Parts: sequence; C-alpha cells; structure tokens
Amino acid sequence: MASITLEGLKKTYSGDVHAVQGIDLTIQDGELVVLVGPSGCGKSTLLRMVAGLETITQGTLKIGHQVVNTLEPAERDIAMVFQNYALYPHMTVYNNLAYGLKNRGFKKEEIKKRVHNAAKILEIDDFLERKPRRLSGGQRQRVAMGRALVRDPKVFLFDEPLSNLDAKLRVQMRVEIKKLQRRLKTTSLYVTHDQLEAMTLGDRLVVLNAGKIEQVGTPMEIYSRPATMFVAGFIGSPAMNMVPLKYIQDIDNKNLSLNLPAPTDTLGIRPDAICLSPPESPHLTIEATLELFEAAGSESHLYIRLANSEQPAVIRTNGQPPQHEGEMLRVYVAHEALHPFDSRTGKRTD
Amino acid sequence: MVENRPFLDFMTHLVLITGVIVVAFPVYVAFIASTHEPDAFVRGVMPLLPGDNLIESYSTMLKSGLDIGGTPPVWLMLGNSLVMALIVAFGKIFISILSAFAIVYFRFPFRILAFWIIFITLMLPVEVRIIPTYEVVANLGMLNSYAGLTLPLIASATATFLFRQFFMTVPDELMEASRMDGAGPMKFFRDILIPVSVTNISALFVIMFIYGWVQYLWPLLVTTEEGFYTIVMGIKRLMATADREPAWNLIMATVTLAMLPPVLVVLFMQRLFVKGLTETEK
Amino acid sequence: MQTKRSTYQNRWLPYLLLAPQLIITLVFFIWPASQAVKSSVERTDPFGFKTTFIGLENYAQILADITYLNALGRTAVFSVSVTLLSMGIALLLAVCVNRVLRTSKFYTTLLVWPYAVAPVVAGVLWWFLFNPTIGLIPHLLDWFNINWNHRVSGTQAMILITIAAAWKQVSYNFLFFLAGLQSIPQPLIEAAAIDGAKPFKRFWSIVFPLLSPTTFFLIIININYVMFDTFGVIDATTKGGPNQATMTLVYKIYNDGVVGLNIGSSSAQSVMLMGIVLLLTFIQFRFVERRVNY
Repeated sequence: MASITLEGLKKTYSGDVHAVQGIDLTIQDGELVVLVGPSGCGKSTLLRMVAGLETITQGTLKIGHQVVNTLEPAERDIAMVFQNYALYPHMTVYNNLAYGLKNRGFKKEEIKKRVHNAAKILEIDDFLERKPRRLSGGQRQRVAMGRALVRDPKVFLFDEPLSNLDAKLRVQMRVEIKKLQRRLKTTSLYVTHDQLEAMTLGDRLVVLNAGKIEQVGTPMEIYSRPATMFVAGFIGSPAMNMVPLKYIQDIDNKNLSLNLPAPTDTLGIRPDAICLSPPESPHLTIEATLELFEAAGSESHLYIRLANSEQPAVIRTNGQPPQHEGEMLRVYVAHEALHPFDSRTGKRTD
Repeated sequence: MVENRPFLDFMTHLVLITGVIVVAFPVYVAFIASTHEPDAFVRGVMPLLPGDNLIESYSTMLKSGLDIGGTPPVWLMLGNSLVMALIVAFGKIFISILSAFAIVYFRFPFRILAFWIIFITLMLPVEVRIIPTYEVVANLGMLNSYAGLTLPLIASATATFLFRQFFMTVPDELMEASRMDGAGPMKFFRDILIPVSVTNISALFVIMFIYGWVQYLWPLLVTTEEGFYTIVMGIKRLMATADREPAWNLIMATVTLAMLPPVLVVLFMQRLFVKGLTETEK
Repeated sequence: MQTKRSTYQNRWLPYLLLAPQLIITLVFFIWPASQAVKSSVERTDPFGFKTTFIGLENYAQILADITYLNALGRTAVFSVSVTLLSMGIALLLAVCVNRVLRTSKFYTTLLVWPYAVAPVVAGVLWWFLFNPTIGLIPHLLDWFNINWNHRVSGTQAMILITIAAAWKQVSYNFLFFLAGLQSIPQPLIEAAAIDGAKPFKRFWSIVFPLLSPTTFFLIIININYVMFDTFGVIDATTKGGPNQATMTLVYKIYNDGVVGLNIGSSSAQSVMLMGIVLLLTFIQFRFVERRVNY
C-alpha cells in the first residue's frame, strides 16, 4: 500500500508537443482517483508515465516515499489493466495470471494459491484452462483484472478498462471494480473519458484538459461547484447550459438584481436547475420557445430557445410540459443554482 | 454468383478442366517417360501411356545415379537439396525475425540506416552479382560447402518486412503487459512474440523452403564436388548427356523426384502456402 | 518509420539482434555489388596480373555492342510476352474459379502447384515436349505442315522459353488474381446485376477496374520474374541460342562473365541491370506504399 505523488510532471514529445504540462497531484494511500477528460487531454499519457511505459520529461514521480522516475515498470510494484485487456492469446487463463508471478520467481505452490484465490474473487475459476479467444468480453475483462490482482501490487492502474464492453456490462463491471477496490483498499488510478463512470467510481476526480489539471475534487464537489467552464461542460449530462449574461432577461425584474462577482459574463445553468414552476427561493423568470420535447422514460428533455436571443438551452425534468412544440413557455432558475463564469479566462468567478 | 446461367457454368468448368490439364500435362508426360525403357525414345513420338520400367528407372537413379553424366545418386542430391532448403528457410526466418524485432521494438541510433541496408538486398538478386559474390565465397573458402550454398541467399528484406508488418499489428499492450509482468525484451520475444507469430513463421517457412529448393544458378557455381550437388542443378549435368545418349527415362525420373518434395509441400500446406505467398508479396 | 508506442531501452541489444542480417548483407550483397561497380570501370589483362582503371569504357563498349542491345530488346519482348501470356491465362482461370463456389478449393489446389517447380525443371519439361525428334508437340505441328526445330529457328526458341516461363508463373498470378477477386465486395456485383449488366459487361466495367491494383502489382512482379528467375528456363532449353536468339540480359551476364570470363564487361552489365532493378523496385514501392504504408 502506498500513496502516489506527482510533482511538476511533464511530458514533451519530439521537442514541441506538450502532452502533459506540469501536473501536481497526490493520491492518498487506498484512494481511487479517476483521471477524466476528453480524448487527447493527456490522461492516458499521465497514467502511462506512472506505469513507466512513457519516460518522464520533467518532474518527480514517487510511489510511497521512493522516487521511481527511471525504474522499469516491473520494478515499480504496480499492475495495470488495459483497455483491450492485452491477454496473451496463446496462454490459458491460468498462465495469463501466472506469467508475472513466474517471472518474479515465485514458487509453484504460491503461484497456484494466488491464481486460484484471484480467480475465485473474480469468479473466473471455471475458465482457468481456456484460452482468451474462447472467453466473452466480460470474462476477458475479469481475467485482465485477475492478472493485476494476483500480484498484490502497491498500485492498480486502469486504462479505460470498460470501454470495450457493451453498455449493460459496463455498468455491472463498474460496480464490481468499485466493490473490489473498497475491499482490497489498493491505491488506484483510473483513466476514463466517460464522465458518468468517473463520477460513480472515483473517491476523487481529476479533470484534465489539454495536458493540464482543470479541477481536483470529490465527484459532488466537482458537480456542484465546477471550477472552470470546461469542467462545467464536461461533467454532467446533458451538459450544463452556458448562457451569456446579456441574453438573460428576467421578466419580473427588468434590472437583473443578481449579486454577481466582477468579471462574470456567462452563467452556467444545469439542465435540471431550470424549472417549469417557480421555486420558493429567489429566482429568475425567463421566457422561451419550446423547440423539441424528448421523453426518455424516467426523465425528459426540453430543448428551448430563450426569447429575443435565440440562445438554445436544455431542460431536464421528469414531467411533461403543458405547452406544445413551437409555443412559448416560462422557465424559472433559482439564484443559488447559477454558476457565474468569466468566459475570457474560463474560470468561475465566485 | 448472382444469377443462374447453366451455359456459363458449363463453360466455366470446361475452361477450368482444360486449364488443369494443360498445367498438368508436361508433368504427366515426364512421369510417363520415366516409366519406360530407354529404347522407347529412339524413334517415333514419345509414349503417352505408362510403361513397365518404373521401379527400374527410379531405383537406378536413386541408388547409383548416371555414370556418364557424372552425377551422384539421386538420394544424395535430394538430401543436399533438403539440407539447403531447410538452412535457407530457417536462416532467413531466424535473421529476419531478429532484425524485425530490433527495428520495431527498439529505438536506437542508425535504426533507419539499418533498415535501408536491409532494403537494398531487394535490389540485388544473386543473378546480378554472380561473379563478385562467387569471389567472396571462394576467398572465404566456402566453395563446396553448405555454408557457401546457403549464406549468400539468406539475407531477406522480404521476410524482414513481413515480420515488421506483422509486429506492427501485434497490440502494443501485449508488450506493455509483459513489461508489467517483469519480462525483459528477450523474454517477451520468446514467451509472447514468437508464439503469436507461429502462423506467419510457418507460412513464410513454406515459401522460403520452396525458394531454397528451386535454386539453380547459385549451386551451379559454388559446387564442383558431386557430394554437394543439389537435385535441381544435378538435372543440368544429366542433360549434358541427353544429346549423346537420350536416357530420357532416367532424366525424367530425376525431374519427377526433383519436383516432388516442394510440390507436396504446396499441396499439403496449401493454406499456409497461400498465406505466405500473398503476404510476402515477393 | 514507426516503432511501437513504447520501446525497450537497451544500448547493445538492438545491434546484436541486427548483426546476423547486416553482416550477411554486407558480406554477400553490398560488398560484391560494390566490387561489381569497381571492376566495371577496370580492365584486367588476360593473365590477371594487371588491373587498369579505364573509366566508363566498358559501359561505352557494351552500349555500342549490338549483341547487348539485341539482348536488351529481346529481354523486353520476352518480359512482355511472358507477362501477358501468364497473366491472361491466370486471370481467366481465376475468374472461373471465383464463379464456381463449391469446387473452387479443388480447382485451386490443382492449379497452384507449379509454383513449386524449379524454373530449370519447367524448362526441361517443355523442352522434352518440344523435342524436335520425339516430342509430342512438333509431331502435332507436323500435321499443320509446321516444321518445329527450336535448335535452328530463333523465333521458335523464343516461343519455347516463353511458354515454359509462363507455364510456371500462371499459378502465382492466379493466386493473386483470385485473392483480388475475392476481395471485391459482393454487393457491388449484385448492384450491377440489378442495374441489368450482363456477366461479361459486369466483368469489364466493374470487376476488372477494381482489380487494377492487383494487375499493376503483378506486372511489376512478373517483369522481375522474367528478368531474373528465368535463367534456369533458358539454361535448360536453349542456352541463349540459336545464334543468341534467346540471350537475355541475365543470361548474357552469366555467359560473358562465367563462361567467357570477360569480367569487366560482365560487371558493367551487372551494374546496368542493378539500375533496372532499382527502377522496378522504385516503381513497385511507390505503388505498394499506398497500400502497405511502409
């Protein structure tokens, strides 16, 4: 068990491609931290630097108290689960799990014990003699996890381990990974581009964009107080509405009497913060046209355009609007649900 | 096919059967000739139906060869051909898979240069460098040896490219996972890369075996001792006698024996052969 | 040129791995080739005592030599005839095999094996069939009042080596055409059929154009084959005769160098041939590049 410390970590490719631009981050012992961001944000590179598969251009990487910058992957006492599982196609499941232990000179008895133990935890003990090609996607995923598990490493690294699974299996495996991590309490770093996966899995989230950290925090912190417009737009689905301040007209109160901090020029409003009936707390009242209504079972989405500005916005609600498509409606937003941003810096202003 | 056209189907089969016959006919005639006695060829047209001298022709050639032609027994030449083809095939695969591994899985100074040096061999078939290569082999004292027969033929840009191509399609994660599992480069090569390349290796082996077997000009130059004659070049020595004494039955018995091993390889390993041929693209 | 996403760090190992291939290449390919270049600009006296630098004189000589120019022209004619003949037959057979679904494997097996026949053996087989005294084919030609004797007639000798060389190459071309045909998406053919195109029309307007990468690739390979691999065919049948009528470039290098011991001229010819191969390889890779992405 160990913490992971990243100090000013940088990765530069062929002189001028800055994939990772100075990351400072500490992952506590036993914590599950999720690196999340769009493709190309540097999250995989960062994970692979921790793994030792990419060299570190600048900065210090510690696992526990040991600086591991130049250590081979095998010497870092870590295990990794790959997106495409990377199972050795010509080896049985048993040998896939045992390979790392054999290379490390474990005794036969010990290997056997560990493999069977891991196989039991992951419920793959019936397939130990099969080759990977005779396994389903979910089973392969389990074997990949098992390969990490048998080694009992200080750190687990997950590189988008669920993206090759179908939607249903993905949810199921997500829950299992979380349970397993809770049980083993192994420090884990998990990379995904799926914000829902990140929210549900992580003790903490690290939102990355263009090689830099946008925000670090617990899922709820990040959801309720996104530090930047990027985070606000990336976390949460449907994405947060970003409305230029000048387009917002409160029809009850011609002079927008909000107490907004100085450089605010954009308001972020979550789709579920726009209500169809007025809340009790102080709120805005806005007129809009209903463009499209989308019923998705437990919830429905309303696509509207604000009156006078044609600014589009999305509402998430669980009711059905009284209006028809093309008609005007009034929507309400509580003052406390507004996220003020400065679009020039992209930062939150309060 | 899209629609039913009985006449076209009939024509198709007719063309194919004709094709098969034309392709096979020269070999059929050669085999028939090998079953006759020498005097069947003195006058008139060559026989087209089997004779009764089959065992005699083949056992003569296999056991003692043709004295006048100065050829050793055919079994010896077959043995030499087998040795040569095997060394060439194994050698090509061995050195090519190692170089492809180096080029794909390492980054090092002069990597591109090494690639181009290998590439150049594509442009230097043995036929254009006969005399200087002969001199090199002679200076190294490798005339009349298996080394001299094979070494100048085993550098292979084709095989190196094939393995390079294939290695590029092997998922990167396999190597990364093995590194996590504590395997160094040679362990990864042996435990993972070779096993996943088995099909490619065998396909290439079939092609290279045939390549080694059908070599003609090179063995002709570097072997002057009968003990090192290969069967394909031995035919040439036999032919030298053909004008004087047409021992057609014996020549054709030898020709048949020379064809048999590689043709059998193609027939019995057709899947690998087709894969090897279409993937090496020469 | 690409490597893997992550690579091994090792100072000596890659060189060690490359060493066998590179040593063999340097000793048996690059060094001899450079020797050929060297002796192509030298003259060695008949006793081998003295070597003098003579510049491009050997080249000037062979380019002025009518027998060399004839060999060049003959090689061109030979290449084109073998390529056309073997590719034409191969395409016909491949189209037929592609039509018969159930028996395609069977026919393929019966058509591919000549690939494994050595060129010299191919030469011997046809030489036997065309043997002027007992050969079956001269006998048949006799009925049409054609007198076959490739020992006398240069044209007939050329026909003989063309047939022998093409016979062996059909299997190779056949396999590539078949692979090309099988990779054409069936819906495309079906769409054409729905548009009312008859089989022959479908072939020329859809299938053949889609085969053009294969066709082009095979043309290069076949020219290469005819230039170099047919040495055995010629040596077994005509030995360049009669009266040099079947003397190709490669056979002439062999004949002048190994048999005639004119090293300077033979080397100059080798170097010129290397130039031709270089050109062919260049064309081939310019083309292959697009598909294979080296």
